Amino acid sequence: MNRVSSAVFLAVAMLVASLATSCSRHSQPTITLKPTAAGAAIVESSGGKQVAQIGSLLPQPVVVQVNDEQGSAVAGALVEFAGAPGVTFDPPNGLTDSSGQVTTSVSLGGMDGRYQITAFTFDKSHKRVEVTLDEIALGYQQTLGRRLNDQYCERCHNPESTVERVSNYDNLEVKPHPFTEGDTLNKISDGDLTAIITHGGPALNKSALMPAWGNTLGKSDIQALLAYIRAVSDPPSRSAGPVYAKR
Amino acid sequence: MKEKLTALWQKLFGDSVRAFGVVSLIFLGSLAIAPAKNFFSEWRHYQHGYLRMIRNRSEANTLQRHFQGGIQQIWLPELGVVDRCTSCHVGLKEASLTDVARQPYRTHPAIPHKLDEFGCTVCHRGQGAATTVEEAHNSTLAWEQPILPAKYIESSCGECHRGRLLGTPKLNEGRGLLSRYGCVHCHTVKLTDGTTMKATDDPPSLSHIADKTSREWIYAWLKDPQAYASTATMPNFKLSDEDARDMSAFLIANSTPVAGDTVTLTAKASADPAAGASLYGESFCASCHAVQNAAGNMVGGDVGPELTKVGSKVKPEWLQSWLRNPRAYDAGTAMPHYRFNDGQVVTLAGFLEAKSDSDLLANIHLEAATPEQIAHGKRLVSDYGCASCHEIAGIKKPENFAPELGRIGSKPVTQLIFLPGMPHTLPDYIAGKIKQPRAFSPGLKMPQYTFTPAQIDSLTTALLALNERATTLPSALAVPAMHESDYQPAGKAGKLMTDLACFSCHRINGHGGDMAPDLTWEGSSVQREWLVQFFKNPGTLRPSLIRRMPRFNLADAEVNELTDYIMTVYQSPAVDRDAMPMSGYSQGQVELGKQLFYGKYSCQGCHIVDTKTDKGYIGPTLTHVGSRLTASWMYQWMKNPQALRPGTIEPNRAMSDEDARALTAFLMSQKGGAKQEAVKK
Repeated sequence: MNRVSSAVFLAVAMLVASLATSCSRHSQPTITLKPTAAGAAIVESSGGKQVAQIGSLLPQPVVVQVNDEQGSAVAGALVEFAGAPGVTFDPPNGLTDSSGQVTTSVSLGGMDGRYQITAFTFDKSHKRVEVTLDEIALGYQQTLGRRLNDQYCERCHNPESTVERVSNYDNLEVKPHPFTEGDTLNKISDGDLTAIITHGGPALNKSALMPAWGNTLGKSDIQALLAYIRAVSDPPSRSAGPVYAKR
Repeated sequence: MKEKLTALWQKLFGDSVRAFGVVSLIFLGSLAIAPAKNFFSEWRHYQHGYLRMIRNRSEANTLQRHFQGGIQQIWLPELGVVDRCTSCHVGLKEASLTDVARQPYRTHPAIPHKLDEFGCTVCHRGQGAATTVEEAHNSTLAWEQPILPAKYIESSCGECHRGRLLGTPKLNEGRGLLSRYGCVHCHTVKLTDGTTMKATDDPPSLSHIADKTSREWIYAWLKDPQAYASTATMPNFKLSDEDARDMSAFLIANSTPVAGDTVTLTAKASADPAAGASLYGESFCASCHAVQNAAGNMVGGDVGPELTKVGSKVKPEWLQSWLRNPRAYDAGTAMPHYRFNDGQVVTLAGFLEAKSDSDLLANIHLEAATPEQIAHGKRLVSDYGCASCHEIAGIKKPENFAPELGRIGSKPVTQLIFLPGMPHTLPDYIAGKIKQPRAFSPGLKMPQYTFTPAQIDSLTTALLALNERATTLPSALAVPAMHESDYQPAGKAGKLMTDLACFSCHRINGHGGDMAPDLTWEGSSVQREWLVQFFKNPGTLRPSLIRRMPRFNLADAEVNELTDYIMTVYQSPAVDRDAMPMSGYSQGQVELGKQLFYGKYSCQGCHIVDTKTDKGYIGPTLTHVGSRLTASWMYQWMKNPQALRPGTIEPNRAMSDEDARALTAFLMSQKGGAKQEAVKK
């Protein structure tokens, strides 16, 4: 009986062991980068305040730069990126190039709102220095609002011109508010903004250059526009939803 | 050891009463497992967490009232939905929880559908009936439906919505890429409405290629199309030097000349870059063709091929013939037949020939082809399926050359072969295939495309929408696509419109491009005399636009033919030509209209009537509108612009009849008097 039980025990142990090995996920071997230098500060070079759809790549990569005490670029310093769960970086870390910069492509998480992403490096005394960038993820409603903005609003409300779109901003006697202008727009309530879009500027004693869109756009379209305006506002609007940062 | 075990046995089962007690206890214990499992279940844990969270909120009472404990379920038999997601995602329908970042408690973001009508898995996939986090979200038990990553979520919209939706830019882009990059030439894509996806690109016929270009260029192009033009849609087939040599040999040997296409050069191309550049600009070639400028930016449209290095590609005699009449070489080309005179042809040809890259063909030296090489080349051309896209004399378009993709979005994971290190999910597989098709097996024929990561995401989104569920959904849910009509104008004017390729830019009766205005009701809209003048000199309307109507150098008879056709046929039933008089408005009405224009409706924000004061740059300039549009059209336009031209950005101001009449009176008085004075100066 003893022999039988020990045989059973052995078999069970082997089964458990083999299951454990076969089921454990083979984690990718992470390539460890060896920094050859250390900086004193890390700054954003470009790529903050971008707008993308949920789960999607930011249109431009994020570039950060590591500087020394004098403010000149440091090559060979190790920079790592971190964000809320769902945010991915390609690559997740890197050594600064000859101009002190590291570039990464960022995909935002699956929920709409603001995402804080952090780039950090360690200085000579192994103290962590970091810089935080804000990015904006649009859900369905905000994406719809953005398309409507591109079609109907942007040519007056965005002062920047592109090759394909000449801005009408400078031609207007009363300047419209760019939708990123949070200082002004955040003070206007949802109801008032909806009224201005639906009935035009004069509805709230504002310029008649802002036409009424209530007969052209449906209620849900105007709601979507509002959601987009709130999402891209800078400083952030209170109704823009939560901020996702690394835990 | 043995003694100890025997002692234990004696202790537990020594006599029958004792044995009965112990067995009963074991039985009771095992009975308790089920309720215990239930009590410690994940959903209960999350529901407790939810209750703790809402306790501190101001609207706690409302939330508490809405809360229902226990396993929740959305059951929609006609959709095959049994979704228990709301057991953990408790606050999905609570509008006040938008500020909650912690999952599973956040409210569902606003979408146009109700959760109770569609459930969760219709859009998000996953195992609806599961009641644990792992089983619901991942495919732990080799179930086929893991949660769809957020970046592909628009694919689910595409199961019912077969056409474009404003709120799904990725899905729209992906579908556009499938058609534009020729995917559907090799892969048949059967759509749920019974149609097949159509290609929107128009790969050139190769039956007469030797007229157009050299064997060396074909070789260089086959080796790396993007080296010639970075915007080329032709993918890279990763051919060996020998294969490219033999294929180029076959294509040249197989080519037959087109009668009258390449006449011998009568005039040498003129080398007047300034005149060439201005003719290129005046003819608005850049509306369709792109050229990479010195800064590396692509300037121009993507209807025709990129012209950055065109001088290294085309033969001078072919280029001149093409500019003279492109339809002689390719009857179906999107390029209009400009009626250039001989001087213009040599000027433009000279300008284009100078756009060359001496390095492109510098290192390519091909010896005369042997019959074996040509035969080998022919075999390769068949093997690679070149004739799926291109017309090649003597080679039939292969059928079912590549796998059909109509159900690719629900292909079982068990049927896929993954690359090492790749996550075992269908979206990752599709994206990986598009990114590096040959990595899956060196023998595969699918070529290498140059899609950006964002384009790959869009393509994957569009492909995931082609799935089994899309075919089983109740047909009432389907939102059909607007299919391109096959409208063709009739008669002589119709032939002329084909020759001028009007439909490359304009849309009429649901057929044609979207670069220029829809002309379906053009006859109701404009005055005859204006249209005649516009054909002769189109540079007057919207001078700020980059893409504009070119001058086709039409003969008077042609202009009359076109004008007559447009004025008679393209009439809107909604516009009664006689409803509004063309003239005779009182000064008072004109004055009232002016006040409305600058005051109540502030039209000057977008339009210019007085060039001295108005600056609006969005709509067309209205300085001459009184001699351009008909009064009836104007009146109807003012009342409801979208009814006349769906999608126009002119807002509908719901004008009263009086306001619309007064504005019509004011605009009819704008006949460009001030402009003519300016010209005289």
